Amino acid sequence: MDLAIVWFVIIAILWTGYFVLEGFDFGVGMLMSLLPRGDAAHREKERRVLVNSIGPVWDGNEVWLITAAGATFAAFPEWYATLFSGFYLPLLAILVALIVRGVAFEYRGKISDAVWARRCDIAIQVGSWVPAILWGVMFANLVRGVQLDDGHQYVGGLAALLNPFALLGGLTTLVLFLLHGTVFVALKTDGPIRARARRFAGVLTLVALAVAGVWALWTQVMFSPAWTWVVVIAGALALVGVLRTNRAGREGYAFGLSAVTIVAAVVLIFGSMFPDVMPGLDGGSSLSIAEAASTPYTLTVLTWVAVALTPVVILYQGWTYWVFRRRLTVDHIPAPAGLTWKKIKDAAF
Amino acid sequence: MEALDLARWQFGITTVYHFIFVPLTIGLAPLVAVMQTAWVRTGNERWLRLTKFFGKLFLINFALGVVTGIVQEFQFGMNWSEYSRFVGDVFGAPLAMEALAAFFIESTFLGLWIFGWDRLNKRVHLACIWAVAVAVNLSAFFILAANSWMQHPVGARYNPETGRAEMESIWAILANNTLWAAFPHAVAAAFLTAGTFVAGIAAWWMVRLVRTRRPESVELARNVYRPAVVLGTVVMLVSGAGVALTGDVQGKLMFEQQPGKMASAEALCTGEEAAAFSILTIGDLSNSCEGVRHILEVPGLSSYLGTGKFSGEDSYLPGVDDVQTEYAERFGETDEAGNPISYTPNLAVTYWSFRLMIGFAAGSALLALAALWFTRGGRVSGNPWFARIAIAAIPTPFLASSFGWIFTEVGRQPWVVAPNPTGIDQIRLLTMQGVSTVVSPAMILTSMIVFTLLYGVLGVIWYRLIHRYAVEGVPSTVRDESPEAAGDDETDRPLSFAY
Ligand code: HDD
Ligand code: HEM
Ligand code: HEM
Repeated sequence: MDLAIVWFVIIAILWTGYFVLEGFDFGVGMLMSLLPRGDAAHREKERRVLVNSIGPVWDGNEVWLITAAGATFAAFPEWYATLFSGFYLPLLAILVALIVRGVAFEYRGKISDAVWARRCDIAIQVGSWVPAILWGVMFANLVRGVQLDDGHQYVGGLAALLNPFALLGGLTTLVLFLLHGTVFVALKTDGPIRARARRFAGVLTLVALAVAGVWALWTQVMFSPAWTWVVVIAGALALVGVLRTNRAGREGYAFGLSAVTIVAAVVLIFGSMFPDVMPGLDGGSSLSIAEAASTPYTLTVLTWVAVALTPVVILYQGWTYWVFRRRLTVDHIPAPAGLTWKKIKDAAF
Repeated sequence: MEALDLARWQFGITTVYHFIFVPLTIGLAPLVAVMQTAWVRTGNERWLRLTKFFGKLFLINFALGVVTGIVQEFQFGMNWSEYSRFVGDVFGAPLAMEALAAFFIESTFLGLWIFGWDRLNKRVHLACIWAVAVAVNLSAFFILAANSWMQHPVGARYNPETGRAEMESIWAILANNTLWAAFPHAVAAAFLTAGTFVAGIAAWWMVRLVRTRRPESVELARNVYRPAVVLGTVVMLVSGAGVALTGDVQGKLMFEQQPGKMASAEALCTGEEAAAFSILTIGDLSNSCEGVRHILEVPGLSSYLGTGKFSGEDSYLPGVDDVQTEYAERFGETDEAGNPISYTPNLAVTYWSFRLMIGFAAGSALLALAALWFTRGGRVSGNPWFARIAIAAIPTPFLASSFGWIFTEVGRQPWVVAPNPTGIDQIRLLTMQGVSTVVSPAMILTSMIVFTLLYGVLGVIWYRLIHRYAVEGVPSTVRDESPEAAGDDETDRPLSFAY
């Protein structure tokens, strides 16, 4: 098979890995204000349950993004150049979001102070909501097509990216990630927070069916080849499955099925872009897989590297999830171990 | 300002900032791993206390290294998209390899290490920090492979149809002699940074405790902090020698590969035999040769750095004027718009950053000597001067590394991909040709302001946390949290570590 097409598929796999994994930690981040209940002290404990449920893994999840971007640079330099310079401001917002979010996870517990914790929670939430929406906006635009000139430069401007189809795409990733995160919390915690997560997941599944359903049909009818009907239907069935398994208390299955929904969304997106990496808007100038691809030699080198390393990565990341398989409850959360605000201030020069 | 200038400033700011955290990460991960190994092998609690203490400082630092790194990767496409188009076929591969081979290991095994104290068998847990230590150094290798290719492009051909560079051999790129000089130099600098950090903090603590004169404090100083001072000092001595030796190799390569950089490092205007190394120079900053006057010089040293000869015919170094003439002939006197091209990097920046890089090594050297003296023959010291030197030395290798990069990168200008004198002439790119064409100055200005403000705030938080956690000292009690020590496997104990 043509190596460029193989790499188109590999890039799709990397994005799938990213959305399936970081999708749930975005979701958990979004839940920071939505899920915890009780008095202030108890809410704080529940928030710490949420943060610690993804603590050991969120950074490893984010590396799927770094790899997807690096692999795009290597395998499709034209795509990387046009996309990243063209979608400048949304990517800037995503970068800022990822920065404040990562720092907030790592530094939240380093200072034991209620105000500090609140600020970190805001950073975690902004840092999770913003990319969850913007990734959807970005990929929906790639499905819909963008305005390129003959030199493959994006010339559409920012406003053109904020069209109704793309915004609904953003809403779709938002809801899917939120659902995925909620199901994850149900799977990884115990006690009242688990019960609450399950109830919330039930509601969210219905919302997801509506929002993602409309967007998927819109995509399928307007932009997609016939075969992706299979994907749309599979995604919808998986969502129905989430509803049922979640109700039955089979959280492991529910999590697996919400992951399947996300996989379906990525396949639908990449399937609709094919054979372009950046389709032209309304049949205008486009950037195809072949035009964007690196030389066969480079792609061969990359293939060896990816084939040798990706399975190993999946193995040890999978092992990490196994090591931290225990469900967390508020009783597992130790007393805060950070320094007090006063101490931090006193140390400044 | 134009998009080009803004993009350059932004790259400079964000990259120098990223590289504040990077050397400490690269050097400290192996040192923490060594401490933990000592604990696992000897069972001596002092090593566990040091592991926990420096491990915490390591994590505070690592967090910012990670979040600022993503900006670096995205920036190539956002601000330098024409550069990315030109080099992507070659340059992207090491970047992708870095992510797959290094970043995944780093982030996954660090998560296991942080949260795994009570989950993993002692030896498996130890293996996790070693995996991190190896991976951070591996990531340095791949990113420097990319950077070395910009300094000295090898293993690529030029495709006249697309006007792009194309990879011919990945082995040639990974075997680039520039890489094999830059990698040990940058890693040695990272170990120097971490060695200074460990020895500096431990020495400060030792003095502080000894001065209390309480027997139990002096005991703590002798028992816990002194071994850390010794460890840091050994690392400083070895890596300091490594930095000097590899720097010497780099100088020789630079002379062959980028003669303009060598000439401007010495602010040498016309070629000379037995060129001196000036320690002090005055001149205006107009980037021209007229205003330069060397005041204090070491005869023949520049020639030695570049050629290995202090004097004689073989010690000839070309000057910036010679390089200008030669490049103008080979690559044209004017750009597409008809403006003359200057092939001379900014003389003042190149000249001074080179000296500051070497000069700041003095901080670590001073601390190493002081440590050798004050801890000789098993002693602990309460001499306040030792503490002052220790604190003053800590930032110096950070500064030296920053100036090293500023020198390397500014000295390469006006090229972003410098032509290889023995390679293919078409594989070269002026920095001004690399900038994105569709991105407006306002957009770059926005992102520059956002990053600068955000980085400023994060820098303050980082500094305060590192500072305060260092002042907190080693934990007073530690216990073996491993599952085998706890005995009761899989219980409902609280997490040993939680955010
Ligand atoms: C000599 C070493 C070195 C140099 C020159 C650079 N970096 Fe870096 N980078 C590292 C050494 C490193 C590291 C030691 O591996 C870090 C620092 C802290 C960390 O987590 O990993 C890292 C982190 C880091 C990350 C986050 C990885 C993660 O999430 O674990 C990215 C995406 C980059 N870097 C990308 C870059 C790019 C595109 C650079 C070029 C301008 C760059 N770095 C310069
Ligand atoms: C982390 C250490 C590094 C530091 C501190 C650093 C610093 C700098 C600085 C100060 C400039 C601006 C030079 C000028 O415009 O006059 C620059 C330019 C550049 N550097 Fe680096 N650099 C580092 C590593 C790298 C690496 C590893 C790469 C590539 C993988 C790289 C790629 C570039 C590019 C593409 C430019 C062109 C933009 C420009 O000229 O401003 N740099 N760097
Ligand atoms: C003993 C004296 C030293 C010499 C002779 C020396 C030499 C050099 C040279 C020639 C370069 C430029 C390479 C190029 O552009 O091709 C360089 C770069 C650099 N230096 Fe040094 N150096 C010395 C000390 C240091 C110290 C003490 C540090 C930091 C602690 C340091 C950190 C760096 C870094 C980070 C770079 C840029 C990365 C690289 O090209 O490896 N150097 N050095």
